[in-house]
Amino acid sequence: MQVKVRFFARYREMTGQGESAVEVEEGTTVAQLLKKLSLGFPELDNRHFLIAVNAEYATLEQPLRHGDEVAIIPPVSGGEGV
Amino acid sequence: MFKVTEAPLDPQPIVQGVLKESHGAVVTFLGVVRGWSGGRRVLYMEYEAYKEMAEKKLVEIGQEIRQRWQVEDVALYHRVGRLEVGVTSLVVVVAAPHRGEAFAACHYAVDRLKEIVPIWKKEVFEDGGVWVEGEPMLEEK
Repeated sequence: MQVKVRFFARYREMTGQGESAVEVEEGTTVAQLLKKLSLGFPELDNRHFLIAVNAEYATLEQPLRHGDEVAIIPPVSGGEGV
Repeated sequence: MFKVTEAPLDPQPIVQGVLKESHGAVVTFLGVVRGWSGGRRVLYMEYEAYKEMAEKKLVEIGQEIRQRWQVEDVALYHRVGRLEVGVTSLVVVVAAPHRGEAFAACHYAVDRLKEIVPIWKKEVFEDGGVWVEGEPMLEEK
């Protein structure tokens, strides 16, 4: 099955892309997807981010389904100056 | 009332959009691009959003406020893209019968925005840009 992975901010620049289609096995969890991704993008290994699946925060244990949109979410910093 | 947009933000129509006869207090918060960061001159900021999720999270903040204060009328607008120094990046408007809940809810909205809404900013200096990152919210479900 295939999932879409979206990268934002620092991770978008690191990976050089905004999104990527990734082929994974049926029943793959978020953690397993990340492991697979970090082979292609070693920068993702530091885990300084959260994950969203279909625009909602998700756990590492969450199983994925075909067509899911998985987003790598760096710590947010919107609003006015910190 | 909950939007992520590339268009300039004008607080006045947003205030008019939430105001009702039952209200006695309107608190408006504007976030603006600051020209200095850590003693360095900022040329401009770049804001980036995961728009679909960010708008969903803005709506959630409105719901949280309703539950805590029985404040019905909240607007949250965040601008994204390249924003120059002095430009408004964020407008929060809370209208309520009395000032106490309006101030409290507005403060809460700005704090909460920085925790759960997937919007990021990059400070751009003369010698390059740096993504500003807050603390990760590890207790998120």
